[in-house]
Amino acid sequence: MDALTQTVLNCRELGVTGVNRALRQLPDGSSVLIAEPRGAHNIGVGMMGKWDITVDGNAGYYLGGLCDGPNFTVNGSVGWGVGENLMSGLIRVIGNASESAGASAHGGLLVITGDASLRCGISLKGGDIAVAGGVGHMTAFMAQAGNILVGGDAGDSLGDSLYEAVIYVGGKVKSLGSDAKISEMTATDVAKVKELAAAAGFDHIDAENVTKVSSAKTLYNFDALKNQRY
Amino acid sequence: MDTQAGVPERLEPERQSATFPLEVIHRIQTMSQTGRYEIRGWGAKRRVPNFDDLTFVTASVSRYPLEGYRERCDTKTVLGSRFASKPLELDIPITIAGMSFGSLSAHAKDALGRAATIVGTSTTTGDGGMTKEERAASKHLVYQCLPSRYGFNPHDVQQADAIEVVVGQGAKPGGGGMLLGQKVSERVAGMRTLPVGVDQRSASRHPDWTGPDDLTIKIAELREATNWEKPIYVKFGATRVANDVKLAIAAGADVVVIDGMQGGTGATQEVFIEHAGIPTLPAVRLAAEAIREVGKTGEVQLIVSGGIRSGSDVAKALALGADAVSIGVASLIALGCNASHYFKDGEEHDATADYLALGTSPGHCNRCETGRCPVGVTTQDPILTERLDPEISKQWVVNYLKALTMELTTLARACGKSSVHNLEPEDLVALTIEAAAMAKVPLAGTSWIPGHSF
Repeated sequence: MDALTQTVLNCRELGVTGVNRALRQLPDGSSVLIAEPRGAHNIGVGMMGKWDITVDGNAGYYLGGLCDGPNFTVNGSVGWGVGENLMSGLIRVIGNASESAGASAHGGLLVITGDASLRCGISLKGGDIAVAGGVGHMTAFMAQAGNILVGGDAGDSLGDSLYEAVIYVGGKVKSLGSDAKISEMTATDVAKVKELAAAAGFDHIDAENVTKVSSAKTLYNFDALKNQRY
Repeated sequence: MDTQAGVPERLEPERQSATFPLEVIHRIQTMSQTGRYEIRGWGAKRRVPNFDDLTFVTASVSRYPLEGYRERCDTKTVLGSRFASKPLELDIPITIAGMSFGSLSAHAKDALGRAATIVGTSTTTGDGGMTKEERAASKHLVYQCLPSRYGFNPHDVQQADAIEVVVGQGAKPGGGGMLLGQKVSERVAGMRTLPVGVDQRSASRHPDWTGPDDLTIKIAELREATNWEKPIYVKFGATRVANDVKLAIAAGADVVVIDGMQGGTGATQEVFIEHAGIPTLPAVRLAAEAIREVGKTGEVQLIVSGGIRSGSDVAKALALGADAVSIGVASLIALGCNASHYFKDGEEHDATADYLALGTSPGHCNRCETGRCPVGVTTQDPILTERLDPEISKQWVVNYLKALTMELTTLARACGKSSVHNLEPEDLVALTIEAAAMAKVPLAGTSWIPGHSF
């Protein structure tokens, strides 16, 4: 992107509300640099447009939450709920993500180049998440649709109460959650992993050698007499 | 005993056990046969202290009343004036509570939306998102942000008139929603991103925040996403009311919604409906006092729900400190819920046999969870849905809301109030000691408020 055409919004000077209001005024396709984010919460939330937004530092909660369209690059780490309820667009965090990364995302792609903390991809509804490093416990809790690619290890209770979302883990799975199971990798799965790794720019994933976790579907319908375990 | 005839010589008077009455025996029999708890719709059915236990001490020689049908008694209600640049301005203080498309049929949602629009009040979405029909039908639409986030869409956030962050509801405070497989039709499943026919368990916790400090940031996020225009409500099931209300205010809520234990649901465990939460009566007083204690009376509005049926219920809730009420089950009854007949193609049809097929009868039905509503209110079945004519049902709800408002203003005028919002606790006395203690108004004929005066 041509640096000369890039709009700079200083978060320290404008405040989050000022930055968000200024962002909405910019024409589609604008390139924006958010300077001095200083860990502020709610940067770039509720944006409906095709801006290219670079956040030059760490951001707080809900970076890029409730968005449909923009692309974010964060040169730093992010707090809870990065890209929560994302509808479309790409969020790339060059750093680590705290809890509930990509919570309930309906679409788009969230890339974390470091590690993601607890409940990554909780309630996922069709979005994709790619984490280069590891993820914390309860990752993909109650995730309904979409894919999560984990390059490193996954913590305890992976995929607890999964619906139709699928998790691919390059490293070790510490333990599975209720109703989650390790399932067979098919050619479609391998292709999906390759696609996700390519989109995320990861070159350390061996698509043939990942562990696939999906729902065992034993909890889809209630039946107390079947000794359902949860 | 004479086994030959099978008849004892002398019949003893039948004596029902207070511990094991017929309904308890039936429940034990059902549990022993199915190995399951009962799941049903509606709210608590047992009697709890409620607004009927209060009465107004209307005007006399020291206060004079307003002329009914003549002098103006204002019902205008503003919600969300604290931080939102576009607060809701409603014509009456009676709103329609959050009920999902999924739990309710599309026709029912449509009728409620249009009725609310005609009388100038708001309606509310539910778990499962906003339908085009209800957005089009409703002038004032409150969009719920629930733990499940089913169908939650930032575009709908921006086209809503207010956002309600739901922490809990009166029927099941501390529990997530439930929609049994028979109601998870293709359209419902599609809106909620679920497999068709799955027994859907909504989450009981929000996926991206925990606790009051996070809630502050979550509310700020919703404000940023809506350019600080829309009122943000926070809804609780009534449990630890005083603390919840204060925390919601500290987190930046414009409006606090408290749903008492009589509050309804489309489907939840019976044990939850009857044995969790506190009644609406103490909840309203606790909430109003909490708002006063943090100095936000008139700035943060209070909506109360859970078992509101009549204009007197509304008047008493307002007198105890609510700014508005929400009705759920009552609005469904106005739509036709539990009616013995339904209208289709201009003719009246008897639905009794369909109630019987659910093991119930008109006036007793709470089988919303089956999706087989005989009158088309809580169903996704294409044939049953057609039993609710949105045009006819809409008018019934309009009539009901207008009648409620007339009852409300009748009592307010009799208390000498030119606005229903001027009703106050001093206008009330209690008929039972329990209600006196819970509502903190004196027992009738005494100056006694248990726990406060002697």
